[in-house]
Amino acid sequence: MLTSKVFSELLFSKGFNFFTGVPCSLLSGLISIIDDDPKTPYYPAVREDAAVGLCAGAYLAGKLPVLLMQNSGLGYCLNAFTSLNLIYKIPVLVIMSWRGEDSTDAPEHIIMGEINQNLLNTCGMEYSVISSDNYKASLNTAIQQMEKGLPYTLMVGKGYFNEGH
Amino acid sequence: MKGTEAFEEIIPLLTDEIAIHANGYICRESFNIKDRGENFYMIGSMGLASSIGLGVAVSRPDQKTIIIDGDGNVLMSMGTLAMIAAAAPKNLIHIVIDNETYESTGRQRSLSKLVSLEKVAQSAGYIHTKKVTNKSQIKGAFQELIGKDGPSFLLIKVEPSFDKSTGRVHHTPEEITFRFMKSIKKTKS
Repeated sequence: MLTSKVFSELLFSKGFNFFTGVPCSLLSGLISIIDDDPKTPYYPAVREDAAVGLCAGAYLAGKLPVLLMQNSGLGYCLNAFTSLNLIYKIPVLVIMSWRGEDSTDAPEHIIMGEINQNLLNTCGMEYSVISSDNYKASLNTAIQQMEKGLPYTLMVGKGYFNEGH
Repeated sequence: MKGTEAFEEIIPLLTDEIAIHANGYICRESFNIKDRGENFYMIGSMGLASSIGLGVAVSRPDQKTIIIDGDGNVLMSMGTLAMIAAAAPKNLIHIVIDNETYESTGRQRSLSKLVSLEKVAQSAGYIHTKKVTNKSQIKGAFQELIGKDGPSFLLIKVEPSFDKSTGRVHHTPEEITFRFMKSIKKTKS
């Protein structure tokens, strides 16, 4: 397990300075650290596609944005990714929890848990599943892709970050 | 008032403000009246002009940011009105050209004939909300709101009137991003 504190500090040190999203319990520790830090604005979004729009505006105005969400929000985001980010070359770092990674999760997560990587691949959006071994390298890859104007997703499995509730 | 008349009134009032345009005829009307580097033309991602505008406004509090939105877009993303009210950027003016239709897809009716969008914005918590129905009111309403701390909401009720021969935005999406970022960087105080 990586502590949410370590990862949030890594994000801040890399220049990420704008945060929004829709909560997931798997990301609760990370969100509460970011939201509690007065130096880093966190804007609660009502739905994941609105968070994509918010991040796009922040990037256009000079920020380096992060969208935190559960994979259940991926479907809402697909039109925004395909008709905004990908064609305008507007990057965003998506930190997406992976509910339904195995079939023991709640029923509403099973199908998206199975198809979320395929959806990203179909859209031509690169991602990494982060682990204790690769999280720094994955974030560096994400930053390289963002410098090319591309969105990048870090998928986070259950229990990877300590939760904040 | 016809929709085109509303654009002819409002667009010439823009000086150095950032302007985020919703998709459909809104981009095309504005582009053909006055193309500006500070204009972001959102050609897809319906519903997101308001969240893009909010992201810009909170990131650039030194700069007035105007969202030029449509009724269909606002109805699609009504929750974003709550996000704007909660973030409460003083520098944001949300203008909605309300023709009560999805005009660019064949004038199908929208719900804004029955739902008062300015009342929704007011209830969400916008600081100022105004509704105008006559083109002679537009300039005064805009100037009043631009002089006040927002977030402000200006609903302009119009009749559908778009001329289909009005050209599309001819910049590519990538060019729009590049030019917009360069223009708003330049105006940074």
